[in-house]
Amino acid sequence: MTDRTTSAAASTRAGATYLDHAATTPMLPEAVEAMAARMTVVGNPSSLHASGRAARRVVEEARESLAQSVGARPSEVVFTGGGTEADNLALKGLFWSRRSEDARRRRVLASAVEHHAVLDSALWLAEQEGAEVEWLPVDEHGRVSPAVLERALARDPESAALVSVMWANNEVGTVQPIAELAEIARGHGVPIHSDAVQAFGQLPVDFAASGLDAMTITGHKIGGPIGVGALLLSRTLTLTPVLHGGGQERDVRSGTLDTPAIVGFAAAAELAVKRQPERAEELARLRDDLVVRVRATVADAVLGGDPTLDVSHRLPGNAHFSFPGCEGDALLLLLDARGIECSTGSACSAGVPQPSHVLLAMGVPENLARGSLRFSFGHTSTAADVDAVVQAIGPVVERARRAGQNGVPK
Amino acid sequence: MRVLAAMSGGVDSAVAAARAVEAGHDVTGVHLALSSNPKSFRTGARGCCTLEDARDARRAADVIGIPFYVWDMAERFRADVIDDFVAEYAAGRTPNPCLRCNEKIKFTAVLDKARALDFDAVCTGHYAQIRDGRLTRAVDPDKDQSYVLGVLTADQLAQAMFPLGDTPKTAVRLEAEARGLAVADKPDSHDICFIADGDTSGFLRDRIPAAPGTFVDTTGRTVGEHDGAFAFTVGQRRGLRIGTPAPDGKPRYVLDITPATGTVTVGSAEELDVVHITGDRPRWCGPAPLGPVECAAQIRAHGEAVPAVAVLEGDRVVLELRQPLRAVAAGQAVVLYDDDAVLGSATITATATVCA
Repeated sequence: MTDRTTSAAASTRAGATYLDHAATTPMLPEAVEAMAARMTVVGNPSSLHASGRAARRVVEEARESLAQSVGARPSEVVFTGGGTEADNLALKGLFWSRRSEDARRRRVLASAVEHHAVLDSALWLAEQEGAEVEWLPVDEHGRVSPAVLERALARDPESAALVSVMWANNEVGTVQPIAELAEIARGHGVPIHSDAVQAFGQLPVDFAASGLDAMTITGHKIGGPIGVGALLLSRTLTLTPVLHGGGQERDVRSGTLDTPAIVGFAAAAELAVKRQPERAEELARLRDDLVVRVRATVADAVLGGDPTLDVSHRLPGNAHFSFPGCEGDALLLLLDARGIECSTGSACSAGVPQPSHVLLAMGVPENLARGSLRFSFGHTSTAADVDAVVQAIGPVVERARRAGQNGVPK
Repeated sequence: MRVLAAMSGGVDSAVAAARAVEAGHDVTGVHLALSSNPKSFRTGARGCCTLEDARDARRAADVIGIPFYVWDMAERFRADVIDDFVAEYAAGRTPNPCLRCNEKIKFTAVLDKARALDFDAVCTGHYAQIRDGRLTRAVDPDKDQSYVLGVLTADQLAQAMFPLGDTPKTAVRLEAEARGLAVADKPDSHDICFIADGDTSGFLRDRIPAAPGTFVDTTGRTVGEHDGAFAFTVGQRRGLRIGTPAPDGKPRYVLDITPATGTVTVGSAEELDVVHITGDRPRWCGPAPLGPVECAAQIRAHGEAVPAVAVLEGDRVVLELRQPLRAVAAGQAVVLYDDDAVLGSATITATATVCA
């Protein structure tokens, strides 16, 4: 019989070089085990009988554990069905509650490089709810300057409903000056939310110390299960719910709590935070090696994002390149055929890549943006993964360049 | 061979891809996104490239067990097919967008990209055969698509693969079912894919400015007025709304369109019969003919092919038809066959009737 821990470990596809951990990362065996153990036990945490109470106890212990991992109080943890739901809840819930307190509060200030979960929620609020969305511009590295937020708020603080700036960018890995931004928002009495889905587990993330009012995290980016996340929400804030029903989670997020997923999430969070310092060093070492060697192989490869490869500037597991004259989907196809799995880093509808709004907001020309790849490292990454990319990237770029860009003459 | 299978999400391209795999090729599926704002669902037989079609193609690729990607060809498709379609109508010609898509998108843009990415061939679900390098009609005469492929050059054909040409459509549907492809009972697509509601004249009206003109008969007499010549096609009878009836009381048809003056010439059915055809943009599936060629000429996807003699004069093709063809419009392709094999094609620029 195989060892139970080993057999429970989720892994990457045999023979594949998996460098798309920012999309999702293999589950940690400990999280699988904790989750599996709970899956065979009955009990709705909202039930009043013994089975219900047992489930409730497990959920509350997981909540306490997660709160500790992320520097929050247990009562500040609102479990959701993932990062997207938490972002939607933060944006819509905060907008509605703030506006109902004061009808002047219609401005939503968000960075121009947000994930679609924030971006599209803001756009929806503008289209359907009369919000005025102001996109906070970023510099060429993708960073929001605190002075920009200060000006945007100072112009008319009474009309601001909320601010949302991601902790670290999913495409180019740029880390935002969250504590400074939070301090500015606080100074104007405007709540600030941050999507920390990518940052959590790779950077030290402490909700209390950050000064944020709301923060999104999710399970599957840190070795937990897909389909569970949390919105950390300051106790002084009230949110208008998006989902109505049984009134779970402070009446903010109805729906039966997913006990096994929550347990798996908390277990992964505990390990991710405990291992974060050494993990970050390890990921950065692999990433730095990749950056140096890719640029040595493809002379005109452009490193996207912040060139300062330091955890205070950039996610340690993120490498982003643009290859002039190439189409991202061609690069991806050619690497995929060689067993190397990465991402074009941009949003897809029906799998059609659009030039990334993140790169465009950073001032990257559209043609260059189209030829982009994101490699993201995680807990199963090894030096062999870097070697595989370095070996393949030269011929792949050469071939993709011959194929040219769709609609653009070669 | 490394084969790129273009997968529309329909039954034909799915079976074609499966057959390519079975033939031992290393196949990768690609769905071409031809619209920048795809609709979520498809309705009936019209339109294509909805998100549902992309999903159907993906599921077929899963079942077949091949990698699958979506290629964004919307910009090329707009420029080479849709804009061309509108410009042709505005110029008083009748284009065939399916043919143009095969020529410019599937076997130029896609084939070029595939070649550059190290593929050896592009495979589609077209009903046609390639025998000894020659494009040949499919065995199923109702589904034969050699006409819409007649614009391909020998070079393009050398890297094309049509695995369905030897099979009747009914058998392809049964095969799809047997292979567990869920698209087996999906309706065939018809009409013009980028005009989802099927209203071609409405589509053109939105894109071509109104230019009122007159209907004249073959004697030059004005018999009515219209809002724009682009709304008419040679051979059209319905929707002319000519006030004055013909002297002989017979139905009248569009014989000719002159966009510059907005003149639409109308006349009897007999006057639609054409025996001389001139075309440009000749394409040959093999070497260009040196002297007059006895062949059969076809001007519509599922039209009849009539005996003809073709002569290449510079870059023009001049055709004498031994049997008249009715309602031949400039802009249409004339495809020339030697028995079942395609010799080549040309784009019709001018026609002449028996009387001329």
